[in-house]
Amino acid sequence: MKKKLLISLLLLAGLAQVHAQTLRVGLAEDPDALDPTRARSFVGRIVFSALCDKLFDIDEKLNIVPQLAQSYAWSADSKALTIKVRPGVTFHDGEKLDAAAVKFNIERHKTLPGSNRRGELAPVTSVDVVDAMTVRLNLKEPFAPLLATLTDRAGMMVSPKAAQAEGEKFASNPVCSGPFKFVERVAQDRIVLERYDGYWNKQNVHFDKVTYTPIPDATVRLANLKSGQLDFIERVASSDIEKLIAEKKLKVARITEIGYQGITINIGKSERAQQNPLGRDPRVREAFELSLDRQGLAQVVMDNEATVGNQWVAPSNAFYAKNVPVPKRDIAKAKALLKAAGVPHPSFTLLTSTSSDAQRIALVVQAMTREAGFDVKIQAAEFATSLNMADKGDFDAYVLAWSGRPDPDGNLFSFHGCKQPLNYAGYCSAETDKLLDQSRALLDPAARKKVFEQIAAQVLKERPVVYLYHRNWLWAYSPKLSGVRDIPDGLLRVTGLKMAP
Amino acid sequence: MNAIAMPTSPKQAAKREAGPWRRALRKLTRRRSALFGAAVVLGFVVLAIFAGWIAPLDPIATSWGDIRKAPSAAHWFGTDELGRDVLSRVIWGTQASLLAGMVSVSIALMLGVPIGLAAGFLGGAVDLVISRITDAFLACPFLILAIAMAAFLGPSLTNAMIAIGVSATPIFVRLTRAQVINVKVEDYVEAARAVGNPPWRIALRHVLPNVTAPLIVQATLSVAAAVIAEASLSFLGLGQQPPAPSWGSMLNTAKNYIDNAPWMAIWPGLSIFLLVLAFNLLGDGLRDALDPRQR
Amino acid sequence: MFEFLLKRLASVVPTLILVSVLIFGLQQLLPGDPAMVLAGEEQDPTVVAYLRVKLHLDKPLPVRYGYWVAGVLKGDLGESIRSQEPVLTLVLQKLPVTVELALLAFAIALLIGIPAGVVSAVGRGTAWDALANGFSLWGISTPNFWLGILLIMLFSVQLGWLPASGYVSPFVDLRANLAAMIMPAFVLGNGIAGVLMRHTRSAMLQVMSADYVRTARAKGLSERVVVLKHALRNALTPIITLGALELGTLLSGAVLTEQVFTIPGFGKLVVDSVFNRDYAVVQGVVLVTASAYITLNLLADLAYFAVNPKLRS
Repeated sequence: MKKKLLISLLLLAGLAQVHAQTLRVGLAEDPDALDPTRARSFVGRIVFSALCDKLFDIDEKLNIVPQLAQSYAWSADSKALTIKVRPGVTFHDGEKLDAAAVKFNIERHKTLPGSNRRGELAPVTSVDVVDAMTVRLNLKEPFAPLLATLTDRAGMMVSPKAAQAEGEKFASNPVCSGPFKFVERVAQDRIVLERYDGYWNKQNVHFDKVTYTPIPDATVRLANLKSGQLDFIERVASSDIEKLIAEKKLKVARITEIGYQGITINIGKSERAQQNPLGRDPRVREAFELSLDRQGLAQVVMDNEATVGNQWVAPSNAFYAKNVPVPKRDIAKAKALLKAAGVPHPSFTLLTSTSSDAQRIALVVQAMTREAGFDVKIQAAEFATSLNMADKGDFDAYVLAWSGRPDPDGNLFSFHGCKQPLNYAGYCSAETDKLLDQSRALLDPAARKKVFEQIAAQVLKERPVVYLYHRNWLWAYSPKLSGVRDIPDGLLRVTGLKMAP
Repeated sequence: MNAIAMPTSPKQAAKREAGPWRRALRKLTRRRSALFGAAVVLGFVVLAIFAGWIAPLDPIATSWGDIRKAPSAAHWFGTDELGRDVLSRVIWGTQASLLAGMVSVSIALMLGVPIGLAAGFLGGAVDLVISRITDAFLACPFLILAIAMAAFLGPSLTNAMIAIGVSATPIFVRLTRAQVINVKVEDYVEAARAVGNPPWRIALRHVLPNVTAPLIVQATLSVAAAVIAEASLSFLGLGQQPPAPSWGSMLNTAKNYIDNAPWMAIWPGLSIFLLVLAFNLLGDGLRDALDPRQR
Repeated sequence: MFEFLLKRLASVVPTLILVSVLIFGLQQLLPGDPAMVLAGEEQDPTVVAYLRVKLHLDKPLPVRYGYWVAGVLKGDLGESIRSQEPVLTLVLQKLPVTVELALLAFAIALLIGIPAGVVSAVGRGTAWDALANGFSLWGISTPNFWLGILLIMLFSVQLGWLPASGYVSPFVDLRANLAAMIMPAFVLGNGIAGVLMRHTRSAMLQVMSADYVRTARAKGLSERVVVLKHALRNALTPIITLGALELGTLLSGAVLTEQVFTIPGFGKLVVDSVFNRDYAVVQGVVLVTASAYITLNLLADLAYFAVNPKLRS
């Protein structure tokens, strides 16, 4: 009898153990404000994926899948998107998610002072509540990237009651509708989330708590994972991957990003563009591109944890323009081009931030292009300073990466549209602008692809950005953790994750 | 702290000063640790000056095939993340570290001593203002000040040296001022003033010689601190920029590869340690040699 | 004595003002637009403009300084633009961490430095002296971030005995807290240990040649009792008062140590804030640090005076 009691007690204890599970995640930075409307950092999105559900999500193949939305339909003229809201969803404070709440959120994204979503949702002119659970977003013109935009922070829904009550202080106590609710945050130390029992998909949530710990040093982050203090870390240093895979003690994920690493060239941002042969003459830029060995770069800088590319999307992406393939290194042609341009030994300054990746790229580029006759001078500036210089056009070339967006428009419009905020190159072509607008207005992927091919042909000829490669998101995690989804946006989804005892 | 006998006239003072210096030198050479320190410093200076001849390979020559190779016959200290020879980089890096140490302290001396002299000599309002400002500088953690200044000036070795030099100035101001105040009340200074010597001449001929000894000691120790400060700034990305080698920036990069390629961190760190140790030993020896109250 | 105290207190306020002006001025001179840094990846011009107004960047320098001073007098040190948390909250959260680190480091330094100094003074000229001296030199010559990296490599990665980073409040889990703090405290305390050793040595040497020590010896007391009971006790006060002045070094050292070991303390906060152009945070932290440093200096001076009647004239 006693034995049976003991066994059942142990079983209970075991069950209790299984239930009192905490997932400990190591982040590469401390997130900024946890308010989807104001949020500005990549790393904050990792926390959001557990804290705030959104209207739609993306899957491993970048397909749009419904999350808080149950279904959607475009109007006939594609100028309105009608969304049916998933029934039975509540916010962490118990309030219901309905069409009115969605309308509130979209309007908040558009009108809150300091909102970072304003630009993303600019094409949305108004939101109508069709019925209690149906909402309609009205557009000025058809806008194909809208769904993709709603898979990110612009599609995140916060509790209207809490947002109105907290006002400016919402970020210190965010109330969303994700699988986990906010418990506490100590800046630069930890963010703690706790299981939300009213979650609509709670049968797929197997943890009681999630903690996020920012540890900027990759070596220390990995050491923490190895010693068992963390269960999952993001952005493992590429130099550590080989050993991790060989040791077989930890699981590793390598996912091609939707962003890119590139070098932006000042071709028209400021006067300086005309003063330097690189900015002045497209032949010099072509020679520059031809003197690069992208595979070598990927190997030396990223230990081959990158895919070479020459466009804003990776070659494996459905919207990659096959008419402009990745060029092979050709020093002879580069030299010939420079000769034709009349500058056999062009000299320019390559601006980088002080991050080790950026500096390595600069060093390798300097060495590689020397063979063709380029004299590259490296200028390192602290991040804040380099941003300023880029904005003013105070550079010849700038090593810059972009974290990427699911829709190619997110990697394209702000960079190559005339006078757009991220167009540091100063590229401006009416022709390209027309094509960009066209690509946004067509909903049919095949038709869009054709337009992207035209854009590629136009833009890449001028080379405002020399795209180098697409890095791998490198994750490492405990072998007991299963259900990790390799989604190319680099964000860990907590739903579906299981920890073996 | 006046270890020197009190002379009664400027001329006699000059003559007698030769004596104590020679005595000090003898005391210094008798201490083995100080000699060791001096020898090591000299060794590093030689390395710095003749780096071009001594270093086996080009410190910035990259080699894609030799990335992060362990120490071997071809590369005694191994290679770094771009295939460069660590030994050559360490040898060439001596220039940056020694320069950083010496130039920073020179800046601190050139700024601190005149200011300290002014404060001590002129007294009154000038002294008050200078002392308050010096206190303010000293109240800020040295590294924070240096970081802010280096960030302001931009990451480069020169700017790091300026930042460290300016941050180290207050110590010399204080030291000089204290010495001046001590010496100001001595008879021979009063006499010199009574005779009508202008303050600058008194400062130069009477005060400065008395200050030199503690200044030398402090300078040597400050060089040691400056070398570490430069390494610290480079470690944060604010000092010597790649591809030019500097021990601090080598450590900055090496920390990312501590698991795969520990030799990248060991050799530059060891070099900083040795150089700083040498300066500290030398400084200790100088302090003991110049101040008979110790021991 | 009272007069001295008043005089010193009177100098505190202008010094603090100067410190704040110095750091404020320095920061405003930093190139780079903080509004841009904080605007994130998308660099939406509306957001940048909004941030600029919020940070009062459109106003001239003295006005901005005025805003800040007005806030301080009300007890509001401003807000971290990055995380929107009040600076005062950040300071109160992180100060205890750095204080704990500094105290642990100082304790380690005392534990290592004083015995080393005693050994060196007592065994003057012998191998012990050389050994202790060598140890102290090692302490002040090793760059603390290098030592930290090496220790992490050894104790966390290779042996797995200690955590490589992180911080747990001692009130939550004392054992985990000590496990996480022992390496950084050692690294930080190492440098101070060397200095303390020297102070101890010179203080002991002075004291040991004093009359009362000779009397004690003449009385036939064992050498150990003479050293520990009589000499050391009297030597302790100057050692500790001089050691307290090392706080400045501790705080400087904490900056890098916290970076290497990812300890969410003051040092790390300041460095990150300088790089992020989070002005208010840097201002607030430096003000608090300077105040602490000045106060400690004052206390040390007082203690020194109290202990040494000779200096009271």
